[in-house]
Amino acid sequence: MPLEFEKPILELERRIAELKETAKATGVDLEAEIRLLEERLARLRKETYENLTPWQRVQLARAPGRPTTLDVLEKAFQDFIELHGDRAFADDPAIVGGLAYLEGEKVVVVGHQKGRDTKENLQRNFGMPHPEGYRKAMRLMDLADRFGYPFLTFVDTPGAYPGVSAEERGQAWVIAQSIQRMSRLRVPAVTVILGEGGSGGALAIAVANRVLILENAWYSVISPESCAAILWRDAKEAPKAAEALKLTAKDLLQLKVVDAIVPEPEGGAHKDPDRAIRNIKEALLKALEELKGLSPEALYEDRYRRFRSLGAFAEP
Amino acid sequence: MALERLFRRKRPSGGNRDVPELWTKCEACGAQIYKKEFQENLHVCPKCGHHHRLPAQERVAMLADPGTFQETTRLRPLDPLGFVDTKPYVERLKAYQAETGRPDAILGGTCQIGGVPAVLLVMDYAFAGGSMGSVVGEEIARGAERAAEEGRALVIVAASGGARMQEAALSLMQMAKTVMTLDRVWARRLPYVSVLTDPTTGGVTASFAALADVILAEPGALIGFAGPRVIRQTIRQELPEGFQRSEFLLKHGMVDRVTDRRRLKEELVRVLRHLHPGVAYAPGV
Ligand SMILES: [Zn+2]
Ligand SMILES: [Zn+2]
Repeated sequence: MPLEFEKPILELERRIAELKETAKATGVDLEAEIRLLEERLARLRKETYENLTPWQRVQLARAPGRPTTLDVLEKAFQDFIELHGDRAFADDPAIVGGLAYLEGEKVVVVGHQKGRDTKENLQRNFGMPHPEGYRKAMRLMDLADRFGYPFLTFVDTPGAYPGVSAEERGQAWVIAQSIQRMSRLRVPAVTVILGEGGSGGALAIAVANRVLILENAWYSVISPESCAAILWRDAKEAPKAAEALKLTAKDLLQLKVVDAIVPEPEGGAHKDPDRAIRNIKEALLKALEELKGLSPEALYEDRYRRFRSLGAFAEP
Repeated sequence: MALERLFRRKRPSGGNRDVPELWTKCEACGAQIYKKEFQENLHVCPKCGHHHRLPAQERVAMLADPGTFQETTRLRPLDPLGFVDTKPYVERLKAYQAETGRPDAILGGTCQIGGVPAVLLVMDYAFAGGSMGSVVGEEIARGAERAAEEGRALVIVAASGGARMQEAALSLMQMAKTVMTLDRVWARRLPYVSVLTDPTTGGVTASFAALADVILAEPGALIGFAGPRVIRQTIRQELPEGFQRSEFLLKHGMVDRVTDRRRLKEELVRVLRHLHPGVAYAPGV
């Protein structure tokens, strides 16, 4: 299903393909018409993708075909071995993690995992973790710390699961604990926000030394729909809420909530996932390089200072 | 109490009455309660025990030893995103400030609690639903750092709908900031007690409020991550009786004790005296 604002582009692409087909089949010279349409297409693409509204970016962040944590692990890392379970209650399919190599370096990885089709999405609860997911993440943080390997996370969740079972098992408590556990890492920690960074459920695994974000990903305290439902009393005002929340990569960079933006191929990461993943890998390596040589204590203090300085207020 | 007088502020009058209302009505059982009695009873209904929300200054008055409280919370909020929904954020802030006489949703300072030196921070639900934006986050961070520097216990009374939407990602970052500064208190082996009152939800529960050495909850308080309305919408079912109330959390192992407000100070003092390394054996209060 194409996104609404992709439709005119796809329509133009379809017409160009059709003309080319006709030219080939009939031998009629349609080159001039084709060139005209191709110029129009280039203009339309530029216009659309250079002026994406925050709401359009939110849609890109959710687009099917966008790289997920497991896609990144498969293509940017070597020898990923997934580790399961929280050793207390269950294995949460909405969070994956395990051991991997990044350009030959040993790392421990955790990320939210959305499904790549409807069936998998149901199984993975649309990337909305239960407490056991965060407990699994914390277990892997312990592992990274014990062996001194860098800890990398990928964020892609609409939020932690708001349900009875999650509340009964202490959703708020595990999110708090996960924030605390990650903040205490004595190894380099890097987070990449891949798609959706929904609230505390995202932050729980995003307390890193460097927080990177894909060009069209969003990260905020609430989803635009929920924000609109509360402040405008109408979820349909989500485009306005998306604007007001300043949730785009560029805005977040200005607010210092993120440290760098990972570029996406034109039209979004779902148009060319392999290229997006290459960009992610490059950005990860760069971030890890920057953290190289910092002592365990310096890494902790670096993270402390990073988050300690965030916020805007006036002294009396 | 002297403090009660100190903090008493002129409230906007509700109409033209010049005779003060002498009676109030319990929200739970409807009983008519003499206002003076209601106040002396810490806003707990003497008939049914229902705990009404307690204004922040009265919370300070009930917990701090008389004459010891020195207010430190003076930071003022900004509007870093230029946030406008149906009303500009700056206008909302002005209205809340006028209503509460406070710059933001927190009142705190240093004091003694049962003779134990403490930093006491009280969230003010009357200000934007006690929501945590940059000011609340920074005041909590500074409070924790001050407690560590001065060898004080940290006591935070939570009452909050969660993170403040109008500061969006910056509000979210306060969750990490407040959690991290608790490390300073831990490093000095000083006690941190969290008191959860009605309501404590969202990003406040899911950060500093959940990470105390001891967590006390007031009876019947709504406490959780997601709000009940959101959960009901998600699961499309009615919620079980007592769901997300203090007693439910006690049963599920999330809080240490459910404590009646009329015994709260006494219990708090006992915990602080036990945990604070600077206090020798001191049974009773
Ligand atoms: Zn009173
Ligand atoms: Zn009553």
